[in-house]
Amino acid sequence: MTLLSASGDTARLSGLLDTDRVRADFPILSRRLDGDRPLVYLDSANTSQKPQQVIDAMVEHYAMHNANVARAVHQLGAESTAAFEGARDTVAAFIGAESRDEIVFTKNSTEALNLVANTLMWARGDLAIGPGDEVVITEMEHHSNIVPWQLLTQRKGATLRWFGLTDEGRLDLSDMDSLITERTKVVSVVWVSNMLGTVNPVAEIARRAHEVGALVVVDASQAVPQMPVDVVALGADLVAFTGHKVVGPTGIGVLWGRGDVLTALPPFHGGGNMIENVTMAVSTYASAPSKFEAGTPPIAQAVGLGAALDYLGSLGMDNVAAHEHAITAYALEQLRDIRGLTILGPTEAVDRGGAVSFEIDGLHPHDVSQLLDSLGIAVRAGHHCAKPAHARFGVQSSTRASFYVYTTPAEVDALVEGIEHTKRFFKVA
Amino acid sequence: MDLESLYQEIILDHYRAPHHAGLREPFEAEVRHVNPTCGDEVTLRVHVVDGVVEDVSYDVEGCSISQASTSVLADLLIGKQVDDAMLVHEAFLELMQSRGQVEPDEDLLEDAVAFAGVSKFPARIKCALLGWMAWKDATARAVADVEV
Repeated sequence: MTLLSASGDTARLSGLLDTDRVRADFPILSRRLDGDRPLVYLDSANTSQKPQQVIDAMVEHYAMHNANVARAVHQLGAESTAAFEGARDTVAAFIGAESRDEIVFTKNSTEALNLVANTLMWARGDLAIGPGDEVVITEMEHHSNIVPWQLLTQRKGATLRWFGLTDEGRLDLSDMDSLITERTKVVSVVWVSNMLGTVNPVAEIARRAHEVGALVVVDASQAVPQMPVDVVALGADLVAFTGHKVVGPTGIGVLWGRGDVLTALPPFHGGGNMIENVTMAVSTYASAPSKFEAGTPPIAQAVGLGAALDYLGSLGMDNVAAHEHAITAYALEQLRDIRGLTILGPTEAVDRGGAVSFEIDGLHPHDVSQLLDSLGIAVRAGHHCAKPAHARFGVQSSTRASFYVYTTPAEVDALVEGIEHTKRFFKVA
Repeated sequence: MDLESLYQEIILDHYRAPHHAGLREPFEAEVRHVNPTCGDEVTLRVHVVDGVVEDVSYDVEGCSISQASTSVLADLLIGKQVDDAMLVHEAFLELMQSRGQVEPDEDLLEDAVAFAGVSKFPARIKCALLGWMAWKDATARAVADVEV
């Protein structure tokens, strides 16, 4: 932390985690890249790195406890089932769910959102969607929270509507009452934008949605990694997030749903584990969460996810949020000073997550990220699966730096120096 | 990775001052190709007269590699017989898929040999090919229209 006092930023950067200690838990952060360069990993909104604790938990599971779950009587089956279901308990506690049965394991956030959109396609009664009904999303959604709703509304003859964005990159809520009406059946919003970094007032939107009896779905893929989450206080009906962004493994995501909502939704995939009884003519279905978990689930991945949430819990999510805020504020300030650089999204660290997208006059994001990569700095370039949000700001793509529990101010400094180097390389003033 | 092998001076020159850029009349076919991973786009027109590539005009929204490679393509192919242009196209495609293992034919590819280094950067090969794939598509359409 000598760097902080050296740059005179100690006061403003209070709130940082002990990154020396945190970084020691992440083996990948000490590896060397081509040219013997240290890794500056600024792509955590894409996927986070994994601490040794998560790696160990998964290795231990495969090495010592591996068996299928919920169907083996033998000791290994019991151990594996206990580990898998223990992970469900961990997830439930981590997000404040009232019951472990409200936690559905999926493959990722995308599958969780598709689960909701697809089961709504088949729903009858109150949840049924048809002509005249409306689904409301926002212009800052990831494609995974746009396309499933396009498919649903197109197939059911319903209408898709959306919140627009302000120039600062926040939701334009001025027309909320005319957008969310008696016709609205579903409101699906992102909590923290993966591109703009905006933290949306989900509770306020949920209140309005519930006034008109709409179902509230929240894409919390970037929120759960960064801030304390209480799904009950949030006021949503369904919340999706993914394991690999919370220092957990790929291949596992979570759909939380309020008990009565999960009960009302029809099954998703058919197969083993999701049934109560099967005859050749007809089947009856298990209750949630099994109803939505056909087939052998991602067992080791669930174990890894449990270890990941334990890890974040040991850091303390308040501390994680404070770190994210401090490092994001520092980055915004440093990036703002770069000539020709424009930040897409809020430029102040207020209601803002740790992903900062930007463009640089005369430089294409591909070229920026290629140059940064040659310096060992990993960022993301492209549309970040948010093409409509890019279109809203008149750009085709952007460069995105994103920060997490292991990110240091020195890495932000390296990014800034890397950008200046890139400008010199391409002779952009 | 060897950055200089990717960003050859010839490539940067074409990027800063692309040749034959802009969309022009007349043309027989116009195509729009997109790189879905990054969103880069090229709109490209071809004008073919009596089996000769009379003009290639284009508008690229993309990185230095995609802009420069389209610029080099126009330089190289305008004025060639379509059949000869297709041979150049094939050679360029082979070069891009070579992972740096093929010695490029400088007589055939001229300035396009500068892209040999791109083939060592798998994430950038599509950038270099964006304009070339668009040209092949457009030319196939233009020629087909003439035959019909």
